[in-house]
Amino acid sequence: MELAVAEGLHRIGPEGHLPEHPQPVDQHIVEIVSDSGEGAQTAGQLFGSISARMGNGVWTVEIIPAEIEPPPRSRPGASGNRIRLGRTRVTNSGDTADVMVAFNEQVLFGRIDSGALRPGSRVFMDNKWATDPQPEIRQQYAEALEEFRKRGYLVQEIPLEEECKRLVPDPRRGKNMWTLGLLCSLYQRDMNIAREEVKRVFSKKKTDTLERNWQLVQAGYEWANTHLPLRYQISATPSAEPTVVMNGNQAVALGLMAAGIDVVSMYPITPATSATHYLAGVLERAGGFIHQAEDEIAAVNFAIGASYAGRTAATVTSGPGLALKTEALGLAVMAEIPLVVVVVQRGGPSTGLPTKVEQGDLLASMFGQPGDAPKIVMAPSTIAECFEFMIEARKLAETYRGPVIVLTDANLATGQQPFPRPDVQEKDLAPPIPQSPWPQGQPPYAWDPVTGLSPRPIPGQLNGIHVVTGLAHDEHSHVAYESGTNQRSSVMRSRKLATFFRTLRPPKIYREPEGDLLVVGWGSTRGAIEEAVDRVRDEGKRVSALHLRFLSPLEPGLREIFSRFKKVLTVEINYSDDGRDEAVPPEARRYGQLAWLLRGSTLVDVDCWTRVPGHPLQPSEIENELRRQLDLA
Amino acid sequence: MYGLKQDWGQRTPPRYFFLEDYVSDVPRWCSGCGDHSVLGALQRLARDEQLAPEKTVVVSGIGCSSRLPHYMKTYGFHGLHGRALPIACGVRSRRPDLDVFVITGDGDCCAIGTGHWIHAIRYNMKMAVMLLDNNIYGLTKKQTSPTTKLKGRSNTHPDGSPLDPINPLSVTLSVANVSFVAQTIDWNPPHLYATLQAAHRHPGFAFVRVLQRCPHYTPEVFEPVQKDRSLVLYLSHKKGIQVDGAVSKLFKNQAEHDPSNLAAARAVAERADAYPIGLLYQKPETPRYDLLSARGLDTPPAARIQAINRLLDSFQI
Repeated sequence: MELAVAEGLHRIGPEGHLPEHPQPVDQHIVEIVSDSGEGAQTAGQLFGSISARMGNGVWTVEIIPAEIEPPPRSRPGASGNRIRLGRTRVTNSGDTADVMVAFNEQVLFGRIDSGALRPGSRVFMDNKWATDPQPEIRQQYAEALEEFRKRGYLVQEIPLEEECKRLVPDPRRGKNMWTLGLLCSLYQRDMNIAREEVKRVFSKKKTDTLERNWQLVQAGYEWANTHLPLRYQISATPSAEPTVVMNGNQAVALGLMAAGIDVVSMYPITPATSATHYLAGVLERAGGFIHQAEDEIAAVNFAIGASYAGRTAATVTSGPGLALKTEALGLAVMAEIPLVVVVVQRGGPSTGLPTKVEQGDLLASMFGQPGDAPKIVMAPSTIAECFEFMIEARKLAETYRGPVIVLTDANLATGQQPFPRPDVQEKDLAPPIPQSPWPQGQPPYAWDPVTGLSPRPIPGQLNGIHVVTGLAHDEHSHVAYESGTNQRSSVMRSRKLATFFRTLRPPKIYREPEGDLLVVGWGSTRGAIEEAVDRVRDEGKRVSALHLRFLSPLEPGLREIFSRFKKVLTVEINYSDDGRDEAVPPEARRYGQLAWLLRGSTLVDVDCWTRVPGHPLQPSEIENELRRQLDLA
Repeated sequence: MYGLKQDWGQRTPPRYFFLEDYVSDVPRWCSGCGDHSVLGALQRLARDEQLAPEKTVVVSGIGCSSRLPHYMKTYGFHGLHGRALPIACGVRSRRPDLDVFVITGDGDCCAIGTGHWIHAIRYNMKMAVMLLDNNIYGLTKKQTSPTTKLKGRSNTHPDGSPLDPINPLSVTLSVANVSFVAQTIDWNPPHLYATLQAAHRHPGFAFVRVLQRCPHYTPEVFEPVQKDRSLVLYLSHKKGIQVDGAVSKLFKNQAEHDPSNLAAARAVAERADAYPIGLLYQKPETPRYDLLSARGLDTPPAARIQAINRLLDSFQI
């Protein structure tokens, strides 16, 4: 078959002819999209891990439809993987895709709807639809190609299905690996590494499965070598130190294990469940136990019971689960029971956007309980921090005797990134349950009047007998309705946050310590914000970034830091009224969640730019806003 | 008792517990409330079984009866409305050395906590669970509960409850993996005691419904039953609850019931003419979730680190 070279390919070289040499690029974004069940995610992850092993910076993120098996050829059914490669470390999933492999044209529409393409994006499209037996599909396909070209995408049809059919009876089970081969050719991947990675992924399958998959990869590679006159070169520097690649949920799971968490109690909820799926298979190896409860409320109460009994406990959930756990978290605050609560945020309110990212649970975490329920809230900003923060959260929960909420999100949960292999140490495991007698006469809440801290008696300890209660109580845990007691115990619980605050250092400013605009963020947006700041700062604009890990208490020195900038702006993935919206009087404007907190705690007129698009903020979106803000200033 | 605790020669065990070792505050329940009887029976049981107070945990929800842990001098957890069972399951999950008791009420267990009740039965973790059923919400001042009888008046249904009540025995007996179901009455201390003792000794989730008088709000419910013993059906069997002949002969209305027969137990639970008391069902060999959940407790730190490192190996590139 003679391959028609799509018109777009002629535009690659500066003079309009085909390049003889690979085109060097600093970074590239590749997407593989298919119907659900066609294996695009496996192929994408493999492409990411091959690249990471070669020493490229990598960020991969899953493209997940809300349903298990949405109808084929449907826009919202797009399933796959985005892989961003870089010469150096990659901190976020980036802007629009440079290269897109689509198994049908409808899922590509789905990605267009999500803002994943731009004029100039290169699209490789399975050409099987051109000869589909159904005339309406042939027509849809032809019309789509025309539209894609009109939009400026560089479309090239590839005989994906046809080539796979030579090797496998059901091409639905082969296109992903063939595509991986094509990408390996396009980006000149080391095929020895590729073979090892394919072997690793299929090691548990039958030998002929592995063989067949590798044949497909090779076939795709050979085909691209012969038919694609196009290569990209992204130079790579393999890391000397041991490196791991995992997603945020796996990092949370392993972090909980490294923290010595003994009981993980959960109820299935997207996008948190994959963390517990992983734990279900492995927690027992480290001596722990995972409990699938009958509901979210039972999950948190089970964890509270285990923690009360002296075992370290965690529960992993997402927004709707956090809502259901509200009352129990109040109990953990009131009764001062340590607990690690991981909230993998998704779009809300209500069932919202179950598979999509949002940072909408910050205020619910802080203020969800009726009454005053002070607790530590922290947010990792990288996959590595997803691991580290579990150990930190466990220690803080014990030291400060209460729940610690760790807010990750769907972006971190499914994003994969290489990072230095963590050093797992016995000292990070939870200490054993104290069994020595409790000091005679010491109350169960022997609050230090300055710090609010108190040691905790555990069932089994002689002399420590007391009855834990969610009712207002004195230091003996006796139910107490007197006004003075409630005031005092409220002070003691609140004081713990002030005590923790005193151990924190002011956060580091990214780029210059003063300027016209300071962008403040939290959680998974860090990479995108800093990339946007870099682009604008490199043009000489006076913009810097600040990323907060601790939201409750807030990190110290913020007011002073803010005073060095003309304007402070939070960038968040949650809803706020646009300051330019004439339908909203300025006094009625509702701010982004971090902005609310910062305004309240610093009395600085902090502005915000927030969006709820259901996908991670792209650096270019942030960049545009920063330019607009700087032009205003 | 008579100052014997500190002396009496070499045959005294190193620690011997008297009744007052389990007695804490003075209960704040109304006089005549059935909760007093349950508390007394539990304290006697703890003494007779010589339960170490520091190894005993009484977990409760919210309601009149759920105040009970405060009156026991053991570890206690007065938790959230409806959530006593998940908390107790969590306590039990990784502390097989503790004795766990749960106190719950008809609102706590059969309304707001129904989901947990069903699943806790199925988990069959070793604990003795006492449903103190007075057919009414007491603490919140007389609202219809799921066990309030049809036409029973309350502040939420001044014209009487419009629906038939839930039968907690039937519900419990319908759940997969059920292993112990008994019913007793608060106004017969020997029977109450013997039932709690059987529940405590049962190797699994022992569910005891205690018909509990509320003289303040629902005297009309159990006072007639107290006066007319024919309204009680005494279940006798060699595998059942054993009480002294002087006690059992009080009950003229008796039936031989084999507690290993689930179908018969369900039929007894459905009896409309009298309240059955005794052991309805017991299957000691029912699988226990707490035996699963306690696995791996002794894993030494070095082995845990090694396991985590092996997992990290699989992510290393």
